[in-house]
Formats: sequence, structure tokens, C-alpha cells
Amino acid sequence: MAIFLNENSKVIVQGMTGSEGTKHTKRMLKSGTNIVGGVNPRKAGTEADIDGTLVPVFGSVAEAMEKTGADVSVIFVPPKFAKDAVIEAIDAGIGLAVVITEGIPVHDSAYFWAHAVAKGNKTRIIGPNCPGVISPGKSNAGIIPADITGPGKIGLVSKSGTLTYQLMYELRDIGFSSAVGIGGDPVIGTTHIDALAAFQEDPETELIVMIGEIGGDAEERAAAYIKENVTKPVVGYVAGFTAPEGKTMGHAGAIVSGSAGTAAAKKEALEAAGVKVGKTPSETAALARAIVEAG
Amino acid sequence: MDLYEYQAKDLFAAHGVPVLPGSVADNPEDAKAIAAELGQRVVVKAQVKTGGRGKAGGVKLADDPQDTRTKAEAILGLDIKGHVVRRVLVTPASDIAEEYYFSFLLDRANRKFLAMASVEGGMDIEEVAATKPEALAKVLIDPIEGVDLAKANEIVAQAKFPEAIAGQAAEVVVKLWETFVSEDATLVEVNPLVRDPQDQIIALDGKVTLDDNASFRHPAHADLVDVAAEDPLEAAAKAKDLNYVKLDGQVGIIGNGAGLVMSTLDVVAYAGERHGGVKPANFLDIGGGASAEVMANGLEIILSDPDVRSVFVNVFGGITACDAVANGIVQAFKLLESRGEAVTRPIVVRLDGNNAEEGRRILTEAALPGLEQVDTMDNAADKAAALAAAGA
Repeated sequence: MAIFLNENSKVIVQGMTGSEGTKHTKRMLKSGTNIVGGVNPRKAGTEADIDGTLVPVFGSVAEAMEKTGADVSVIFVPPKFAKDAVIEAIDAGIGLAVVITEGIPVHDSAYFWAHAVAKGNKTRIIGPNCPGVISPGKSNAGIIPADITGPGKIGLVSKSGTLTYQLMYELRDIGFSSAVGIGGDPVIGTTHIDALAAFQEDPETELIVMIGEIGGDAEERAAAYIKENVTKPVVGYVAGFTAPEGKTMGHAGAIVSGSAGTAAAKKEALEAAGVKVGKTPSETAALARAIVEAG
Repeated sequence: MDLYEYQAKDLFAAHGVPVLPGSVADNPEDAKAIAAELGQRVVVKAQVKTGGRGKAGGVKLADDPQDTRTKAEAILGLDIKGHVVRRVLVTPASDIAEEYYFSFLLDRANRKFLAMASVEGGMDIEEVAATKPEALAKVLIDPIEGVDLAKANEIVAQAKFPEAIAGQAAEVVVKLWETFVSEDATLVEVNPLVRDPQDQIIALDGKVTLDDNASFRHPAHADLVDVAAEDPLEAAAKAKDLNYVKLDGQVGIIGNGAGLVMSTLDVVAYAGERHGGVKPANFLDIGGGASAEVMANGLEIILSDPDVRSVFVNVFGGITACDAVANGIVQAFKLLESRGEAVTRPIVVRLDGNNAEEGRRILTEAALPGLEQVDTMDNAADKAAALAAAGA
């Protein structure tokens, strides 16, 4: 098991023939992902040579699904065209759309999210502005480096890409069931809560690491959810304790406005829900390690 | 990007939201001239991107042009919560019958938009929400359906706007929605939205936040950036496409990925508690696929901050290869030396992840003066803080 993505996942890439798309399709192939096609209406019917692997290019997501049985799409389409690409994936009814693209206007994200809801939430959206999801040893949909660690019993959910990599690295000897980067934008598809719920149900996952950052109240809501619904141990980390009010820290969503969205408030809410919260990434890893070693 | 009141009102006017005439001045003489042209009592309003102007003495009535000059002189240069007033808006003093509140914003939790409206306008809306929540109507807006006149009527009715002006208020609400959507705003707030004695609805104030991610479809928004008010280092960084935020401390920070850099700031601040209270000097994210050139530009910006006494380069190579980062550091040293600005402040580097060993080897071989490699993020932060404290 794992969450959202496993060894049976058939992956297509929207924007595969662009530079980012090509680069990361190579990496995904190398890490064993079953890439069954790319989508680009202007190159439909051709094959893209990705480091010696010939990957068929289809005119639409629907066509790719019909011909390959694809159930996951990873989207690298530039911000200008990302909304249409996500809507196309939703309309085709694909099970999982991983939106890597950074810099999508929030009106566009809100629009495609509303579209997904209107279509009955048949498509799980991860992102936008996220590193994707990896189930080590099984499949990798996105840009998370596959060589940091192997399969294991930790489930990880994070707003931040590099903090995901850092924690995977610090706990590389234990390994991960799945690691999900949900992204740092103000509007995202899959939330901390969605990943927590999936990890709670996943028999392979014994411990959950949850990484948050300043902005919004997603961590507070996740804390309330953990208190009621999660029986597995959860270790948390929140970045941005020293971030000043009113300054956006890199991610469009990472901004403290007034008293809302501070790291201190998030840490407090998580601790009140029984989550052990580390002060630094290393301390967080040590907390997780102690729980695993205690069995 | 947050807009000034006068910029927000310009956008309102362009979308048919009723506003009062007026102009901005950056000196008392111009303020006087604007008042003379308006030919009536005016309000002189400090243009700052923060609330609480009135209480801080940043909004004053003026009876005539000479008085406007005096009032503008008093307001220009005021420091309001760390924002120095460099412009005033001179606009007619209006007679107000009633003050309402209205806003559209992003509701992150519901992943929709939210309309908020109240007949208790004019005051701090957070206080209304806390003390009289029943007086603040909140209506979720579906991003696909948007706000038509029917929806606007619903919002206005829920907020119990008086019947006499409800229809007119709803029309204004539709225009505010048009502003919100077509300008890619994440906040449009009018407080107060007033009813004058002639039952006209006017947006007397305006607060707009634009989505920087949408700038590709709004070339005109570039003109709204107040270049002079930007921190010079932030402006220089922006010109080089670097994601940089100036802070108050002494330890320069370069990292990759917003989350890791935020985390680095925290770790350095904790370490600083053990080293005389030194703090991070900036946020700088060189991004996922940082090249040597980006690294060099970043180091250059940080070293041009005179407050910086040490630098901490904290990179976890995911997609970024650490050898590229190491080459970037070596190149930056050469570049700065060639400009006669040789690096004299100590630099602590932590490299892990993709090609870390090769990166470390490059730095060891280059033997750059004052550069030290430390193996973990916590230890490296401690070292950088200690060096900054020692360099005081």
C-alpha cells in the first residue's frame, strides 16, 4: 500500500515536451514510474524520445486515457495555460492530477477547484505549486528526488518541497510509505487533512510527519482533525516562527496577516491535539525516530 | 501587491464604482493647488499601506486651499506604523448619512471567494466581527458562478442595507466584483462605503491587493509598483528575479525552496539566542533549479547589505545539484573580486542531497577565504550566528 500513488499507477505528463516537463519525465522514468504518455495537441501522434525511451504523445488527456488506461496526470504546463490543462484533466475524469506549475493566479486555481467540485470531485488534485507525490519503490509523480530514501513506514505530508526532501533525508534509514507535497499556494487541491485521512487508512504507514508553514489556518484545521480522527502517531514541524507580519515568504500563501497564520498559533494547535512538534527539521526527525524506535 | 487608496480608487473608477474626485500630492504646494481646483472643503488623507491612519493623525479636514497646505505639511513625513507618508490624497469632504462596510476576498479554507458586508461601517471590521458578529454578513461566492445582480441583491439583503439604497448598493457590489475578478485581486475592501444625504452610494476609501502571479495578464499593473518605497536591496533583487525579503538581522541567508529558507531563518534565530541575539538579515530563496549565476547574484545582493556580518548558505539539493551551487559560490567570489568588492565577511555553507559530495569537494579545493563548510543545518546555523556575533 501507499497513498494516492502505487506500483499500478499509469502516469501521463501534460507539458511533457516543454523543458521542465522533459527534464522531470526523465527523472520519473529513471525512478521506475510507469509513464504511458504525454499530452500536447500540436505533437499528437508522435513519439517523444526521453533519454532513449519512446513515449507516445497524445492530443488530449481523454485520448491518452482511452489508449493507455492512464489514471494519473502530472502537469508542467506554464501558468498562463495551467487552468485549461487542469480543467481538461478533470473533464477527462482522470483519478489524480498533480499540478507542479508554480505561479498560477489564485483566481485560476479557485476556478479549477470549483470545476472539480462541480464535476463531483472525481479527480484528486495535488498542488498547484507543489513537488508532487512519491511512493518510494513504487511510483513517483512529480519532482521529488527518488534517490533520497526507499520504502518504509513513515507517511509525510508537507506544504514545502525542500523541507520534504530534508526530512526524507534525515529519516532515510527508516523509509517512507508515501510523501506528499501539497504546495504552498493559498488555494490547493489536496490538503493536510486529506493526506492525514489517507495515511490513517494506509496499513503500511505507522507514523505520520506533517510539515506546515505560516499563512492561513490549514494546520489548525488539521490539528482539529487529528484530535478526532487520527490514532497513528503524528510528528509536526512548522516553518516561519521568525517571519514578520505582512511579508510574503516565498510561497504565495506564506504570509502572516494580523494575528492569523503565525507559526506559534499552529504549533500550539498541533500540540493541543497531541502532536509532537519539533523546533527544527532535525529535532522533528529525532522525535519521529524516537517514536519508531519505541515501536 | 497592496495598493494605495488612490490607486485602488482609480481601479474602482475604471470599473464604474462611484468614487469622489481628487488627486495625490507629494508636497504641500501641490496639495493646495488641488484644493483650489476642487473649490470646496477637502479631506487630506495620508497614502500609506497600513490601517489606523485616522488615529495616527494622517487624515485631516481642511477648510480652504491655505488650510490644505498646512494640513498636508503636517501629514507628509509622518511615520504611521513604520510607513513614512510620502503622498497625500486631496479629495472633497463629503457629507455622510450612513457608513457601510463591503469586501470581497479569498476564503482559503473554503477554496472560494467571500463577500462580507455590514451596515456597521467606518470602524475596524475585525472589531465588528468579534463584538457583533450578527452585524457582519458573510456570503460564499462560487468562483465559476461569480456575482450577478441577483447574487448582489442577496448579499445586500443579508447585510440589511436600508431599502432605499439597496438596489443601488447591489449595483455597486456587482461593479466591485468586476474589479475583483478582472484585475485579479485577492482583496477588494471598501470601508466606509457611504450613503450621502442625497442617497448616493460612494466608495469613500479603498483597499485592494493584487495577485502578483497574475501580472502576466496585467501589464498595466507594473505601473502601480511604488519603486521609490521599495527597499533598495529588495528592488535590486527583484530586478535579478530573486525572491528576497530584507529583514533586520546580521546573518545573511541563502537557501533553496521557500519552506527550507523559512526554516533556516528560524534555526538561525534560535542559534542567535546563544550568540548575543543576532538574527537573520534576509529571506532569499534561490529556487528549485538554481544555477551558478543565480547563486552569484544572490550572494552579491546579500553582501551589499551593510548589516550582514556573516552569511549562511543552506542548500538541500533536490533538483538543484550541489555541485552547481558550489560552482556558483566560487564564481560569485571571482565576480565580486573583479569588481573590487572582494568577499571579506565569513560564509558558512551546508550542502546536502543531490551531488553533495562533489559540491563539497569543489569548495574544499577552491579554498575560498573565509568560507567554511559545516555538516548539518543546526551546526551550520550555530557557526554562522557565532561568526556574526564575533564580527560585531
